[in-house]
Amino acid sequence: MYSEKVMDHFTNPRNVGEIENADAVGEVGNAKCGDIMKIYMKIENEIIVDVKFQTFGCASAIATSSMATELIKGKSVDEALELSNKAVVEALDGLPPAKVHCSVLAEEAVKAAILDYYKKTGKDTTELEKICTGCCSSCSAHDHHDIPADED
Amino acid sequence: MSHDNHKRIVYADNAATTSVHPRVLAEMLPLLGEVYGNPSSLHAKGREAKAYIDAARAKIAMVLGCEAKEIYFTGCGSESDNWAIKGAVQNYLERNKTDKCHIITTKIEHHAVLHTCKALEKKGIDVTYVGVDENAMVNPDDVVAAIREDTALVAIMYANNEVGTVEPIKEITKRVKEVNPKILVFTDAVQAVGHVPINARELGVDMLAFSGHKFRAPKGVGGLYIKSGVVCKSLVEGGGQEKGKRGGTENMPGIVGMAKALELANEQMQDDNARLCVLRDDLIRRLLELPNSRLTGHPTKRLPGTASFTFEYIEGESLLLMLDMMGICASTGSACSSKSLEPSHVLLAMGLPHEIAHGSLRLTLSHESTQEDVDYIVECVTKVVNRLREISPLGRN
Repeated sequence: MYSEKVMDHFTNPRNVGEIENADAVGEVGNAKCGDIMKIYMKIENEIIVDVKFQTFGCASAIATSSMATELIKGKSVDEALELSNKAVVEALDGLPPAKVHCSVLAEEAVKAAILDYYKKTGKDTTELEKICTGCCSSCSAHDHHDIPADED
Repeated sequence: MSHDNHKRIVYADNAATTSVHPRVLAEMLPLLGEVYGNPSSLHAKGREAKAYIDAARAKIAMVLGCEAKEIYFTGCGSESDNWAIKGAVQNYLERNKTDKCHIITTKIEHHAVLHTCKALEKKGIDVTYVGVDENAMVNPDDVVAAIREDTALVAIMYANNEVGTVEPIKEITKRVKEVNPKILVFTDAVQAVGHVPINARELGVDMLAFSGHKFRAPKGVGGLYIKSGVVCKSLVEGGGQEKGKRGGTENMPGIVGMAKALELANEQMQDDNARLCVLRDDLIRRLLELPNSRLTGHPTKRLPGTASFTFEYIEGESLLLMLDMMGICASTGSACSSKSLEPSHVLLAMGLPHEIAHGSLRLTLSHESTQEDVDYIVECVTKVVNRLREISPLGRN
């Protein structure tokens, strides 16, 4: 069901934990939906020098969080903003259709953290305010994500 | 925790299916070999096969405390469920020359019952889904209170497949019949037959479904007890098999295997269950020592092999997959293990909030389970729960 990469990132997730005095913290999802992702960033000169995550969720939620943190570590804030859920899925060699929403959550967790950073540093947050808060199974308002239609 | 470095498999998913008992397999082999006749044929090979099926029916009837003619063979438990419900409703509609009637069932039924009821609702049949208490126990008063003038059928499971709670079917049946003896009572006993003593006659139900692979027969064979005098319209029309009630040439090896499996289960039930309950209770007691864990289902009125839990702050699919990597085969009612993204309807009906229902684990032991298996399960579940809680943002102060 899952690719080897997903299983690898699930069983040996990278960057698990929290960062004390983080420059940015983002949390999306909710326990009711069965997944929550929390991302912490240490940012120096607009570069994400360290990133950590905590996730409550299924194997793909943990794997996508892990991969997302890997993809943005050492990147600039602007580059991290460009991270799409599709890029996370591709880096994991794919996800089952029912699990693609986990990658969306990972993308949004990164954006939520950057939104927090923008707020703390007094930047314009207009564009970033549009991100949804993450309960994808019940979210019908945001259809910009790359989620395949349900097979049922 | 890599895929390959475990040598040991601990199978703790016996509510999903069981292994075929070696003696059952041995009993089946002639039916896959020299005994190839069609029991409907009049010639010698046909009569030979017929003798096997007659003996199998008699064996099952003896264990279930009914007559052989009241046992009908089907392809699986789901077919038995479909047949009992649709057949009873169809008969009611024809007898009363109407297109409306009412069914009472519960919120915790297996999908074979729930989805059958949903399908009938689309055809205009009313269905009441009675709730359960926090232990998944149905209250007979609630069933009686739901009875209407046009109630045709009460369909309630004998024991729940997710949490193992054993329902008061005898009392429910008695109470329903006191109100209106014409209402048919059906019990889906798929999780119970072969595991707890069941006597159809004493129970008083009109129909009772069972499935071979839940008690060490192979997959692909089930049965339905239909009490003499009860009319249940056919689901599968065909060549007159099963007294014209269920068409299709009989699954001879399956039927013979199922009869042997039930006979074996019945012979050993008392001794086996005494031992199994000790193992189950040890497993329950030790896993409840984990903080923020809870037992789901009734603490005592539960199937002998079923231990089911929730662990807060973690999600069931993650738990299941990590246990799988350690060689433990278990099951979860978590949303993420299904396509629906909704957690188990049983846990929600018991009043558990979504966030807790997501972290469920079902471990179902068999007579082959050992104390070493339980020790290993406890060790692994403890490790995995702690590991996933380290990753989780929840439950921190």
